[in-house]
Amino acid sequence: MPPPSIAETLRTAEVVICCGSGGVGKTTTAAVLGLQLAVDGRRVVVVTIDPAKRLADALGIPGGLGNDPVRLTIDDPDGADGADGARGELWAMMLDTAATFDGLVRANAPSAAQAERILANRFYRNIAGALSGTQEYMAAERLHALHDDPRFDVVIVDTPPTRHALDFLEAPGTLTRFLDHPLFKLLMLPTRRGLRVLNVAAQPMLRTIGKVVGGDVLADAIAFFQAFDGMETGFRERADEVMTLLRSDATRYVLVAAPKRDTIDEARYFAGRLAQSQLGVSVLVVNRSTPTFGRPAGTTKRTPSNARLWANHDELVSMAAAERDQLEPLVSDVMPAPVCWVPMLPGDVHDLSALHEIRRLLFGPSMTNG
Amino acid sequence: MPPKRLVPREFFSTTRLVIVAGKGGVGKTTVTAVLARAAADAGLRVVAVDLDGKPTLGELIGDLPHLSLTAPDALAEYLETHGLKRVAKRLAASGVIDVVSTAAPGIDDIVVLGKLKAMERSGDHDVIVVDGPAAGHAITFLLSARGLLDTVRGGPIRTQALDVLDMLSDPARCQVVLVTLPETTPVNELVETAYALEERVGVQLGPVVVNGVDGWGDGDDDGRDDGDLEIPAGTDPVLAAAARFRNGRRAMQRRELARLSDALAIEQIRLPYVVTAGLTSDDVARLAAGL
Repeated sequence: MPPPSIAETLRTAEVVICCGSGGVGKTTTAAVLGLQLAVDGRRVVVVTIDPAKRLADALGIPGGLGNDPVRLTIDDPDGADGADGARGELWAMMLDTAATFDGLVRANAPSAAQAERILANRFYRNIAGALSGTQEYMAAERLHALHDDPRFDVVIVDTPPTRHALDFLEAPGTLTRFLDHPLFKLLMLPTRRGLRVLNVAAQPMLRTIGKVVGGDVLADAIAFFQAFDGMETGFRERADEVMTLLRSDATRYVLVAAPKRDTIDEARYFAGRLAQSQLGVSVLVVNRSTPTFGRPAGTTKRTPSNARLWANHDELVSMAAAERDQLEPLVSDVMPAPVCWVPMLPGDVHDLSALHEIRRLLFGPSMTNG
Repeated sequence: MPPKRLVPREFFSTTRLVIVAGKGGVGKTTVTAVLARAAADAGLRVVAVDLDGKPTLGELIGDLPHLSLTAPDALAEYLETHGLKRVAKRLAASGVIDVVSTAAPGIDDIVVLGKLKAMERSGDHDVIVVDGPAAGHAITFLLSARGLLDTVRGGPIRTQALDVLDMLSDPARCQVVLVTLPETTPVNELVETAYALEERVGVQLGPVVVNGVDGWGDGDDDGRDDGDLEIPAGTDPVLAAAARFRNGRRAMQRRELARLSDALAIEQIRLPYVVTAGLTSDDVARLAAGL
């Protein structure tokens, strides 16, 4: 049985997660998938973490994207395939990790005063922006909120270009990584027995940390964890719901790669990671592959005058063959998922018609509604 | 500005620590390996350093000295040499390092830079080539010293940060080599990073490396533009389509190389595109010889 087409695979999706390493066109792919689903009549929101202005430019948003979804024009400027009639909607937003985290704190804090105390804490500000895993967690959190939003049928997420991008698939504990942190436990255990951590010097471990980073830095951390006490339950419940959604039938995983050794290694790592969580890759998109143009006619002989043209043709053929060989292990890793090859384009993708061009390469000409 | 040929002995005699940085996917690791190989070929004592613990760099440099320097290891070593040997193990094992580095952002970067500084000072190497962090993080990484001076008001980490800052602002000790591809987005990011590094970090930029420059179709890797492929009337349609594609890519490449020269008055080194299923240490040796 041939593998299902990419269109078929995504037809009933409610959540689409795009993952892959940096520089493979992941953000562009997320936008193109969104464009296709919108052309098919669905209301789509694309969440990107890539601050590249380029995507915003391509989508016709001169001011760039913000933390709130904005609706985009999807008309194909070239009008090559007039998929008129029942059109969906395409929205896009850029994830602001810190702002999303702030919202979560406000929603879970027992009082406004406690929320403000946390938001003003210097240690919290560092966590909200930088703690490894926070960005992934907030992407998952935002995804959950958008999935519940009645304005949208499908949420497409462009994950951060790191190996941690799929960490949220692990136990819900990982989602709330900082709550499970040894330092947090160290500080919180005494408070559960009704004692406050007042004396840092009483803890040899904390004394050591204080020596290295300075006492005031440590004091900020302790104040943060104390203010956070009692809010864990809300955070953990929310994390459980996100997990359930990500493991459900409504979620698809799209792996994006390019024919280069390091990006293929990363893609194989992601494929393994998904398999570990009993999830499969739904679609593999290989961007920037070298195109081939078929075989010259048998009557076209090699002559000194066409030598450069033949040399160019042969070189493209050998590049394409080398790329296929290199991708072979990845392709077998993700079987039976469909593999879509997007050839390298003669120019960079920086406008809507280029996005539509890639869309047609990926999906073929769009079907009229029937 | 015509591309210059890099004379390894000349470049490496100007500085000891070379940090290679660039956007993901531009071939930073390849360039690190090529520079290390070129330095070794010039008879210099070289060590190549990766910061991510992945095996790729080691594979590409063959038998050259190689060091993997990750932040947790560097922090543990730092604590050990500062009289905190017993707790260092416990700190690393319990993952508290994660929180420590969050509480004082940049502390993990500063211990890595501190270690590089110690290597630079040791006199054991003529050249240290570092496969640095990706472009965005390169700025944070190199700014960590300045940032820490604001948050940490005393102690060994502050001393460390001051020492690192000295090294970064001395071109004879440290330079940054930025890597890009001849494509729009990587060129834009390189230009932004270059300005940010010069203005905010104050570090000297070495030559810019443009990786994966198309060998211009005539089989030589001389890095010169041999012009478009001519497509006479009546050419076989398959050969013509292949030639049009190549000409299109070259036009873009030419445009981007020109744009890079306009935006940055820095010497460019061009590395040819290598047709291969996976770069090996032999390819790296060839690229180094061709510099």
